[in-house]
Amino acid sequence: MADPALRGGRTGWWRPYRAVLASRVRAQTSYRGSFALDLASSVLIGLVELAEIWVLYRSVDALGGLDLAAVLLVFGIADTAFSTADLFVGHVDTLPRYLRAGTLDVFYLRPQPLLAQLVTSEISVRRVTRIGVGLTALVVGLAVNDIAWSPLVVAFLVVVLVASTLTFAGLFVAAAGVQFFLVDASEMTNAVVYGGRYAATQPASVWGKPLVALFGFAVPIAFTAYLPVVALLGLPGAEWLPSWLGWLAPLAAVWTWAVALLAWRTGVRHYQGGGG
Amino acid sequence: MRLSPGPQRRGPEQDLPRGAASTWLRVHGRLLASGFRRGAAYRGAALGGLVANVTFGFLKVSVLTAAVAAGGGELGGYDEAAIIAYAWLSQALLGSVNLFGRTDLADRIKDGSVAVDLLRPLDVQTATTAQEVGRALFQLLPRGLPIIVLGVLVGGMRLPTDPATLALGLLSALLAVLLSFLLVYLVAATGFWTVETRGVQVLYMIVSGFLAGLFVPVTLFPQWLYALALATPFPSLLQVPIDVISGRVDGAAALGVVGVQVAWVAAVFAVGHLMTRAGRRRLEVQGG
Repeated sequence: MADPALRGGRTGWWRPYRAVLASRVRAQTSYRGSFALDLASSVLIGLVELAEIWVLYRSVDALGGLDLAAVLLVFGIADTAFSTADLFVGHVDTLPRYLRAGTLDVFYLRPQPLLAQLVTSEISVRRVTRIGVGLTALVVGLAVNDIAWSPLVVAFLVVVLVASTLTFAGLFVAAAGVQFFLVDASEMTNAVVYGGRYAATQPASVWGKPLVALFGFAVPIAFTAYLPVVALLGLPGAEWLPSWLGWLAPLAAVWTWAVALLAWRTGVRHYQGGGG
Repeated sequence: MRLSPGPQRRGPEQDLPRGAASTWLRVHGRLLASGFRRGAAYRGAALGGLVANVTFGFLKVSVLTAAVAAGGGELGGYDEAAIIAYAWLSQALLGSVNLFGRTDLADRIKDGSVAVDLLRPLDVQTATTAQEVGRALFQLLPRGLPIIVLGVLVGGMRLPTDPATLALGLLSALLAVLLSFLLVYLVAATGFWTVETRGVQVLYMIVSGFLAGLFVPVTLFPQWLYALALATPFPSLLQVPIDVISGRVDGAAALGVVGVQVAWVAAVFAVGHLMTRAGRRRLEVQGG
């Protein structure tokens, strides 16, 4: 994005954003029963996903070289990062609705970049509890694994969480960019976004070559949680995904955003307007 | 959503009175066909769904086969071939079995246009279910069949070739599709009381997927959770049709589980019928 507002170069750029967020939070919490149900549902989704992992691990000691403790850490990092990205950026997946209704053109009337407007137009507060589930898994995962704590490890974890969140946020933006071409086939990008979310909680070592190509490198999902965890725990990693790649999590975020901004730019240029 | 399937010269209720049952069948057959045609209209969406189902299929197959390998070639009665069949068949059915809980009816109850449906000389429950099932059955062509072919060619899935097993499997799959839309009708029908049904819909999505065996076969659950799942209609949505199609459950046992599906269809239909009767008295549509 070329606009200084998004980079924060202009002082006080966040004041309007804060006003928008406050109004969105008020709007979403005004139907209290519905909002409480949303919060509870988010927790339940997280718990069910954990239960699915637990059911498999009841019968086996390790999957793809990860025991239950290690996979809990993978789940914690992946889920925290994805849910945080979803909270701040996830609503860009409503773009097809604007495209179909022709209401996207309204955004063009305002003196801000389209992407910045879409990202800052909403915040999905109900994801907060989902982040809570992810963080709980992360904390428990850190506690039950044998980690040689040091300032470097703490810094590594912080960098990984930020990079993974950015990777998922980039994934949302890339998917939105492609929507300009697909419009009606949003499930195609869901394959990568939500398939990516599911893939991120798996031990990537169980993947065959096509999946390694797709979620290991093209869409660098393996870099969000699996590779950092095997690097952190000193585990061997997989054939095409050696554990030292875990240190390159920030590169995955850079790569995703390069693709995302390219996809977005191409999509915006392709867009012809809603007519009228 | 329109309840009348396109332009017609005469309304279904004006058809020659050849007995109530045959009229009912003909009308609902037409609704089913119109739903089927409606499904055919959204080709892009069908293709997108196929891509998503295939991607998730590969991920599921990897983790489930790894689990079987880690269990020494056997996991809760599944060997590698059986678990591969489970993963691909569940993905193939996912386009047609409604585990998401969303229907057009929920929107029609919310915006009040269901009042028009209630004025028609048709039962809202059977009419909407017929249309939705028709639409879902179309999805078997662009989403179900390609995944089964892919599973056999690329995934190494093996299916029984015995016609009786396959016929029973097909019946079981159709019952699963029907049951799912009868269940989703219940989700939408809560809107007669609450107007907004998103919360119930999300709850349905979470619980049905888990207890139907979407990611992990229900038979791998611990005993107490397995018993809990069996007390719900959800295993009849995926676990049962997959078991019957793949031949994992056969003979009298297969007939038994299909019988359980039929019983659930009857029970859920009855509940939906009662909810419709009570709900149409509760329904309040605002505006003129």
